[in-house]
Amino acid sequence: MSEPLFELRGVGKTFGSGTVALEGLDFAVGRHAFVSLLGPSGCGKSTVLRLIAGLLRPSRGRLIWHRRIARGDIGFVFQEPTLMPWASVFDNVRLPLKLQGRPRREVREEVERALSMVGLEDFAGAYPRELSGGMKMRVSIARALVTRPELLLMDEPFAALDEITRFKLNNELLNLWARESWTVVFVTHSVYESVYLSERILVMASRPGRITGEIPIEVPYPRDEAFRLSSRYTAACRRVSDELRRAMGE
Amino acid sequence: MAVAFDSENPDLPPAGPPAGRAELLVRIFGPLLLLGSIVGGWEFLVRINEIPPYILPGPGLVVESLLDNWHSLYPSLLVTLRITFLALAVAVVGGVGLAILFSLSRWVELSLFPLAVVLQVTPVVAIAPLILIYVDNITLALLICAWIVAFFPILSNTSMGLASADHNLRDLFELYGASRWQQLLHLRLPSALPYFLGGLRIAGGLALIGAIVAEFAAGTGGTGSGLAFRILEAGWRLEIPRMFAALLLISFAGILIFLAFTALQHLLLRRWHASAASRER
Ligand SMILES: Nc1ncnc2c1ncn2[C@@H]1O[C@H](COP(=O)(O)OP(=O)(O)OP(=O)(O)O)[C@@H](O)[C@H]1O
Ligand SMILES: [Mg+2]
Repeated sequence: MSEPLFELRGVGKTFGSGTVALEGLDFAVGRHAFVSLLGPSGCGKSTVLRLIAGLLRPSRGRLIWHRRIARGDIGFVFQEPTLMPWASVFDNVRLPLKLQGRPRREVREEVERALSMVGLEDFAGAYPRELSGGMKMRVSIARALVTRPELLLMDEPFAALDEITRFKLNNELLNLWARESWTVVFVTHSVYESVYLSERILVMASRPGRITGEIPIEVPYPRDEAFRLSSRYTAACRRVSDELRRAMGE
Repeated sequence: MAVAFDSENPDLPPAGPPAGRAELLVRIFGPLLLLGSIVGGWEFLVRINEIPPYILPGPGLVVESLLDNWHSLYPSLLVTLRITFLALAVAVVGGVGLAILFSLSRWVELSLFPLAVVLQVTPVVAIAPLILIYVDNITLALLICAWIVAFFPILSNTSMGLASADHNLRDLFELYGASRWQQLLHLRLPSALPYFLGGLRIAGGLALIGAIVAEFAAGTGGTGSGLAFRILEAGWRLEIPRMFAALLLISFAGILIFLAFTALQHLLLRRWHASAASRER
């Protein structure tokens, strides 16, 4: 692995209600890596992301950063688009910069750049309710990208989309990742999506949430639709499925 | 700003024909037709039964009386409206201010909210005479009465609105290190806007009622210049058509207030909120 960006050492999380959501997490994520967290619903995937983002504090263990991380270095894409319905697409994407106190005219280019990365430059003036589900998700991604983050945390961003749109956004994401070389931690419950996208898959099991296996996907990028049809893809999917089934105790 | 939707893009929301004109016609002419038949029926009944005007004046006579007494009724309308809007303004400032305070401090909320509820559940008719006794200035007393009824819907709606901000958005604000103030300004207040406007629409009507009730209470003491006092005055003199004329003006004022706030709501929310946006088919 390349130089690590951060690592979790023996991290556990118990919620106030007594739910042990996570136990004994030990893994590192390298800079510029694309790592997926794969697991059944309720196994604690979102909780891991929120711990990494600093929105939750670990109950046990430590999260160690190997680079200094400032505000705006982490972009978060939620499972739902989570846009402000009262603000235009432009203002939604501008939000992180606004919260950093940067005035509107100074950031115009940054916002436009982020919008063009997700192909929405013509929709800057539209409001969220005027957009389709896929477009809203792209706005949400543009907002996460606008601060030029070092790390992109994505929580099942495409789970609610139809397959065609999901494939399309998968490809767009891979292209952007190749170009901008962020570090991506991608949460999904789809075996196929995780295999298609990532260099490395961490398989999780529930109760308590823990990592039961780690599967590298050693297929070089760029990956495209041909990869989806290849036997290597099928083989990798089978391997990951087996691991997931084991994790779920079958 | 209109957006040019590209017809090649598969992500597009479906385009449809413009919203029906038929609905608009029904919206305008439906109520008018109903109102017309009620007024017509009223006039008809009064005429056919030869009901004397001091028992029930026909609508024609009421309108006539309204025009005849315009010189005394119109200033009274202005007096009542002034109280109503002053009370409403104070209710908005106080209600929103207190709601913000509540959202910032649970402690303040827990200690003050029950008091607000007590104010709300005590009928204003019952408090008005007391307020009139303790507050010398009549205008101020009326203002307090109208404020008491208008205040609560604004407070409770705005409170709810401030608390309704999306949790993921709150996380997002936290992630980017937003200050409490930024969170209030850019997240909580906009989230509360639809709730606030709903409260304002209710409060507008209530403020008018509060003002009228207080005027009645003051008027029975023989003082006053608002519309309620005109009704009392006409009652004492058995000028029943004039009573109806004043009543008509009060209703008109209420309807106007309602329409004005509905328009405001539509204006502010139409771009983003489901309650105001038109559904294109
Ligand atoms: N704020 C909270 N308070 C108490 N328990 C929580 C909280 N958040 C999550 N949990 C619990 O932690 C566990 C993991 O939740 P989490 O949302 O991380 O799962 P997930 O893997 O993201 O599931 P899904 O795929 O359905 O989104 C669940 O059992 C959940 O009930
Ligand atoms: Mg989740």
